[in-house]
Amino acid sequence: MSLPSELPPRQDIGVIGWVRKNLFSTWYNIVLTLVAVYLVITSAGPLLNWVILEATFTGESATDCSGEGACWLFIGQRLNFFIYGFYPDALQWRVDIMFGLLAVAFMPQFIERFPRRKWFGIFGLTGLPLIGYILIPGGWFGLEEVQSSRWGGLMLTLILAYVGILAALPIGIILALGRRSDMPIIRGMCVVFIEVWRAVPLITVLFMASVMLPLFLPDGVNFEKLMRALIGITLWQSAYMAEVVRGGLQAIPKGQYEAASALGLGYWRKTGLVVLPQALTLVIPGIVNTFISLFKDTTLVLIIGLFDILGAVQSTITDPAWRNVTTEGYVFVAFCFWIFCFGMSRYSQNLERKLDTGHKS
Amino acid sequence: MTEHNTAQNSEGARTAPVEFTKRTDKTIIKVADMHKWYGTFHVLKGLNLDVKEGERIVICGPSGSGKSTFIRCINRLEEHQRGQIIVDNVELTNDVKQIDTVRKEVGMVFQHFNLFPHLTVLENCCLAPLWVRKVPKREAIATAMEYLDRVKIPEQADKYPGQLSGGQQQRVAIARALCMKPKIMLFDEPTSALDPEMIKEVLDVMIELAGSGMTMICVTHEMGFAKTVADRVIFMDQGEIVELAPPEEFFSNPKEARTRQFLNQIL
Repeated sequence: MSLPSELPPRQDIGVIGWVRKNLFSTWYNIVLTLVAVYLVITSAGPLLNWVILEATFTGESATDCSGEGACWLFIGQRLNFFIYGFYPDALQWRVDIMFGLLAVAFMPQFIERFPRRKWFGIFGLTGLPLIGYILIPGGWFGLEEVQSSRWGGLMLTLILAYVGILAALPIGIILALGRRSDMPIIRGMCVVFIEVWRAVPLITVLFMASVMLPLFLPDGVNFEKLMRALIGITLWQSAYMAEVVRGGLQAIPKGQYEAASALGLGYWRKTGLVVLPQALTLVIPGIVNTFISLFKDTTLVLIIGLFDILGAVQSTITDPAWRNVTTEGYVFVAFCFWIFCFGMSRYSQNLERKLDTGHKS
Repeated sequence: MTEHNTAQNSEGARTAPVEFTKRTDKTIIKVADMHKWYGTFHVLKGLNLDVKEGERIVICGPSGSGKSTFIRCINRLEEHQRGQIIVDNVELTNDVKQIDTVRKEVGMVFQHFNLFPHLTVLENCCLAPLWVRKVPKREAIATAMEYLDRVKIPEQADKYPGQLSGGQQQRVAIARALCMKPKIMLFDEPTSALDPEMIKEVLDVMIELAGSGMTMICVTHEMGFAKTVADRVIFMDQGEIVELAPPEEFFSNPKEARTRQFLNQIL
């Protein structure tokens, strides 16, 4: 006697249903929808024209640019400088190898089913920087030496961010643990370190590292400018990282510590096997947020005369041979930064999903 | 210890779980005039207790009487300020090495389970044997499966704690503690956080464990459990051991007025 079940009313499902429900449900929704559509149409057209339709992609020099759309030709012509800085053309293969290895190490991390992707990641964090340390400056194994003052562009940006990120995380973890230590001297030292470095702007740190530090060092002891900047960035960043990690440590219930202690795990095992894995998982969003900020803050090295990608582009747009390419230059830089930052963001979300075991004890 | 422990499991445990066979005269825990303060608050006031190997002791008392604090002193999750606690011939002092030695031999089960949520059930059970006892991985897994089998949830081995019910989590917690093959097991209100229908499954596991000859100290309000299992029942109030007697005597003929009052309230 039961009636056959019917399909839902047509206007409630599918595209029409969605549009009705979300865009035209009330009179003010209708108005908002129409205004939004108008704005999109009026702005998308000119944007599309500028970026693609009227843009110039091929040619030899500034005269080939039509003047209407974007002059992407400029980016193409100067791409080498934007990527490698003053790194000698003949030796750029060394940097290319590093770009390749970077891709090999991290692309698999975005593919869920990639076999042994964990090992690729571990290589990215250990082997990769080691190879880079040998390959990029040269001077070993018959490789011709390239002074760090000749490095620049995207390559320099990546080196600054990579070293900063890689070194700041472990130092930050140690500082965070130290700040929660029972031992007053260790705790005090960590608090002072964190509070001093965190309260100083990165510009000041870089400036001190580049200008003031050499004055205090004894004669004959001198680091390269890049090395000084790297140390400054790392210490500054690790103070931030420490506070992010400490937030995670504080979220771990006391019961977890007690259970680990009751099983006979000592401090380091308890921390390494029980507390940190949970704490770090909790603060992945905060950690990646800090990484992304650092990645963008590396542009500040401009003020101590290092030419990262922004510096490289900025110095080129003032070139009299190219007029009115300012917008193109900055759009290109913004796009490069967006690619890397968005990649980090996606990866972190990926990681969060994977590590979520559906239980907060 | 570990050898005759497993031998006991196979015979005695299954047939007559509560009938108790093995008891030596060896004192395994000795607490002498033990005091503890939280700041200026005197929580434990001169406790004395000798526990023989294989003995099963139930501690009850009103909340705030210090019973949890007492058993947490036995594996030094809390430190005492005066008196002596000797566990398996090792005195508990500030010496970290000695504390670790004691903790290896003393398993603990908590009211809120405290399983490690980022590890699977099997990994929870293998963690301490692998890192503290340095047992080879294969052996650790075999032991873990044996104990998960004994608490009747081997099929949940690859799940995360968050996917289990409260009763299942508590049984995993018991298995996790047993995987260290401890000589003594401490239970801190193991059924208090459980829904009524899950209490029995946990108590059954504990009764079975009691039958195997494990030395147990158990803080609980489950008086039925105390009657079936305990060799001695302790009543604590305001940081003191008020009454200490075998269950028959404790329940039928308590000497102290405070004990009688407590029993009237809960029975």
